[in-house]
Amino acid sequence: MSARGDTWLWILQRASALVLAFAVLVHIVTIIYAVRHGLSAAAILLRTAGDPWWLGFYLIFVAAAALHAGIGMRVIMREWTPWRGRSLDFAALLLALGTLAAGWRAALGLFA
Amino acid sequence: MGETLHVAVWRGTAAGRLVPYEVPVQESQTVLDVVTYIQRHLDPSLSYRFACRVGMCGSCAMTVNGVARWTCRTHVRRVARDGRLELKPLERLPVIKDLAADMSAFFEKWTRAKGTFVPQGELPADFAVVPPGTPQRRAADAGIECIGCGVCYASCDVVAWKPDYLGPAALNRAWTLVNDVRDAGNAERLKAVAGDAGCHSCHSHQSCFERCPKAIDPTASIAGLKRATAWAALRGEL
Repeated sequence: MSARGDTWLWILQRASALVLAFAVLVHIVTIIYAVRHGLSAAAILLRTAGDPWWLGFYLIFVAAAALHAGIGMRVIMREWTPWRGRSLDFAALLLALGTLAAGWRAALGLFA
Repeated sequence: MGETLHVAVWRGTAAGRLVPYEVPVQESQTVLDVVTYIQRHLDPSLSYRFACRVGMCGSCAMTVNGVARWTCRTHVRRVARDGRLELKPLERLPVIKDLAADMSAFFEKWTRAKGTFVPQGELPADFAVVPPGTPQRRAADAGIECIGCGVCYASCDVVAWKPDYLGPAALNRAWTLVNDVRDAGNAERLKAVAGDAGCHSCHSHQSCFERCPKAIDPTASIAGLKRATAWAALRGEL
């Protein structure tokens, strides 16, 4: 990839990390809350269903995670294996899109 | 004093071996003094590199007890363990023979990082005045005393993992030029130092900073390049 492309990936990696730092915190606090209060799956769904804020939060969270994982795995592969070029870029893109699809499906499942 | 230093010295090329020598201990003895003693008194076929002996030229760096150091200003009493020294050529570079590493790749990367001053058009009539208090001048000053010894390069994990990584010294040099207000080569330079082989591969381990004999912080310079290239990309100039 070009210097410009690599630099943009780096910027996106930093930006997604910024989002993740906040989102992971909210996510973990939510998990602790749910466990402490012994909430069942049904009780959780009752709280998230139809709530546009939770939907919006998880859509953004998943997008940041997908971006961060895709870019990060590409960097790790380039550093630790001889894998380079288009095939690696494509594999990283596939990982990101797969994470995005699975994550958004789950987020929509909480909403609807 | 009559004490003896037990020195194991790398002999041969990559497929060499450590050869033991015994060198008399002297007051204020440097590691370079030890190597010179071996060559003059014990084995004249020993190859090593030095020039100034006072920490200016950057040619005498070696691996001393596992750590890259400038040998001319490293006192034996500070680094010897139980009267023992192990001397090897710099790591991350091919060995020419004995303690002389091939620095070609190291300096080629300075060229690839556009570490050369690019003048702005016509030669000015007088010296350019660069006020010492400006942020750019301060940033350039912080990295300008590099003597090109290769200690940072030999200590860098990323260089070990990625052979095409430009390395701390070349990137530090590029950063001093990015901050040189007289220079006109930044558009090309930022392109050269961005991306996978450049500043974005740095993990900020800071081994370069820890081991630099001139106390330069290449990690900070590389962080500066990350910022500069990111802003250039955002402005569409990269």
